[in-house]
Amino acid sequence: MSNVIIAETKDGTIHPGTAELVTAAGALGGSIIIVVAAGDDSSAAAAAEISGVERVIALVGDCFATYDASSWASAIDSVSPAGNLLLSASADGKDLGARLAARRSISVVQNVIAIEDGNVTYPVYSGKAHETAALSGDAVITVRANTFAPAPGGGQADIGIVNQSADVATAVREMLAKASERLDVAEANIIISGGRGMGSPDNFSQLEEIADVLGAAVGASRAAVDTWEEIPHSMQVGQTGKTVNPSLYIAVGISGAIQHLAGMRTSKYIVAINKDPEAPIFKHADYGIVATWEEVLPTLKSELQSLLA
Amino acid sequence: MLMNGVPVGGLSHPLEWMVKTMPDIAVLIKRVPDTIAKIIVVDGTIDLSGVKWIISPYDEYAIESALQHREATGGSVTAITLGNADCDKTLKDAKALGCDELVRLWQDGWESLDSNGVQSILAGAISDLGSEIVYCGKAAADTNAGSTGPGVAEKLGWASISNVVSVSFEEGGVEALVPVAGGQAKVGINFPCLLTIDKGPNEPRRPNVRGIMMARKAEVNLKGGQAPAATISVISKSTPPAKPPGKTYHGAENVPAVVQALRDEANVI
Ligand SMILES: Cc1cc2nc3c(=O)[nH]c(=O)nc-3n(C[C@H](O)[C@H](O)[C@H](O)COP(=O)(O)OP(=O)(O)OC[C@H]3O[C@@H](n4cnc5c(N)ncnc54)[C@H](O)[C@@H]3O)c2cc1C
Ligand SMILES: Nc1ncnc2c1ncn2[C@@H]1O[C@H](COP(=O)(O)O)[C@@H](O)[C@H]1O
Repeated sequence: MSNVIIAETKDGTIHPGTAELVTAAGALGGSIIIVVAAGDDSSAAAAAEISGVERVIALVGDCFATYDASSWASAIDSVSPAGNLLLSASADGKDLGARLAARRSISVVQNVIAIEDGNVTYPVYSGKAHETAALSGDAVITVRANTFAPAPGGGQADIGIVNQSADVATAVREMLAKASERLDVAEANIIISGGRGMGSPDNFSQLEEIADVLGAAVGASRAAVDTWEEIPHSMQVGQTGKTVNPSLYIAVGISGAIQHLAGMRTSKYIVAINKDPEAPIFKHADYGIVATWEEVLPTLKSELQSLLA
Repeated sequence: MLMNGVPVGGLSHPLEWMVKTMPDIAVLIKRVPDTIAKIIVVDGTIDLSGVKWIISPYDEYAIESALQHREATGGSVTAITLGNADCDKTLKDAKALGCDELVRLWQDGWESLDSNGVQSILAGAISDLGSEIVYCGKAAADTNAGSTGPGVAEKLGWASISNVVSVSFEEGGVEALVPVAGGQAKVGINFPCLLTIDKGPNEPRRPNVRGIMMARKAEVNLKGGQAPAATISVISKSTPPAKPPGKTYHGAENVPAVVQALRDEANVI
């Protein structure tokens, strides 16, 4: 059996989750091939260094200039051998994975968090339950970030470069840059989020300062997004916002409503800062601080600065 | 004007739209447990008999986009669901919001379809209907998957855009606003196409009394079809492992202790 990993790239580097996908593929058993979409020499070389990888196919082509689901699926499908396909459960990874599965008439399983004895486990009902499924035959599997340990380096896989393009069916007409060039919560390994308890959108600057120290993204609850125009929906974490899975999630002035938890409960560590000791968020926090953010944030910033300086 | 080989402005076949300018619009909706329902696993299964059922939240945004599309260009909106007889109520809720036609896809043996089966049936129904544009939710509230939209588009051989936050309507196509790295992009796409809809600035409408009255009498068109055998089968459900109880500190003077724990115990900073 073979496992084909479709690696995403950004600015000539492979997505850091690629080494985690190699571990996931190892759990399925069989050989491991990496197809680097929009690959170049340096991203292909980075993929070839992951231990356990047999072969790397760097896929180049005109259609890879911007993300376009149908042309990418067609180009990737034609260079990927039969077998399981693994992608990271990012927005594009899930979209592409679903298309590849449909193209091959095989099943797709999204958001996988465990692989054991050929069975895959993934959350359903916004993480309120887990489901385990048995696979008979090849499948497309997308894997949640931060759930499998990254495979070590030291590999020396062969690299092949393939030029393959396909008709692009969508046209990017205009790019609207984000007001601030902040890290997206969906991509961040550390997130600090503010809720209605922040009192005003101006106070989010205190969260941004801490985010800068930590290299974190700034998120928000829906109440914050709905109350203040300055807080865009792209920052919203939760059931009708983004689902995130960082290694550290810091919730400031957020009560911990079930719809907010739906988007962040799988975070590896949760810190809650809230003045109300009865706030439901404390039931889910690894470390809770009962105090106002006005008291906590300045010390938090200076402590982090001295630790990380 | 051409960009990436795609006509910008949406007019691919001028003669065609002069004959037929009003698109057949379809929207895919799914019946799911209310998102605040308690989901309790007993002996590897979940008992959903007591929960309240709703239209999956993102599907409400998809319905809103479909209705706005009809309001902008004319045409008709068909709501489609794949599910058992209980889903007639879900379709009628969509009718109350303003959808024109209701289609339910079901036959015996469809209780445990996999993604490939669901997508094949939906794609078959869409091609029978002759829809030009399909709206669906970015992910269903039960599966949280986000597979159905792009999968159905692939089976139809159509272009698609996922996670669209707002749509503007044109002759022969639409322009979708989507989040991309570093911001948002306006992306043009021609018919036939499929869009998966995320929450955006347009709040879904609520039904009015007239809509609710109309929905009572609405007819649901039941259809069967062909489905490939499932190659994945759910073997058990489980309760997510409980986290060990956290530590709660009272007072801001504990901040240094928490920062130290994040470094030494948790190893996350
Ligand atoms: C269908 C549906 C979908 C939803 N989707 C989402 C979603 O995606 N994401 C989401 O977040 N919510 C969502 N919600 C809303 C959710 O139910 C809550 O209303 C929301 O999460 C509350 O946000 P909050 O915690 O910021 O505000 P509040 O509940 O008002 O809590 C504010 C908290 O701040 C604390 N506080 C106040 N002042 C201070 C201070 N000075 N210092 C420290 N703490 C302070 C208070 O003790 C309180 O706990 C959804 C709801 C519905 C019905
Ligand atoms: N059984 C179904 N009937 C109709 N539409 C569906 C069905 N399942 C999924 N969909 C549509 O596809 C979207 C994504 O579902 P999923 O791929 O399960 O996350 C949903 O929001 C619906 O719009």
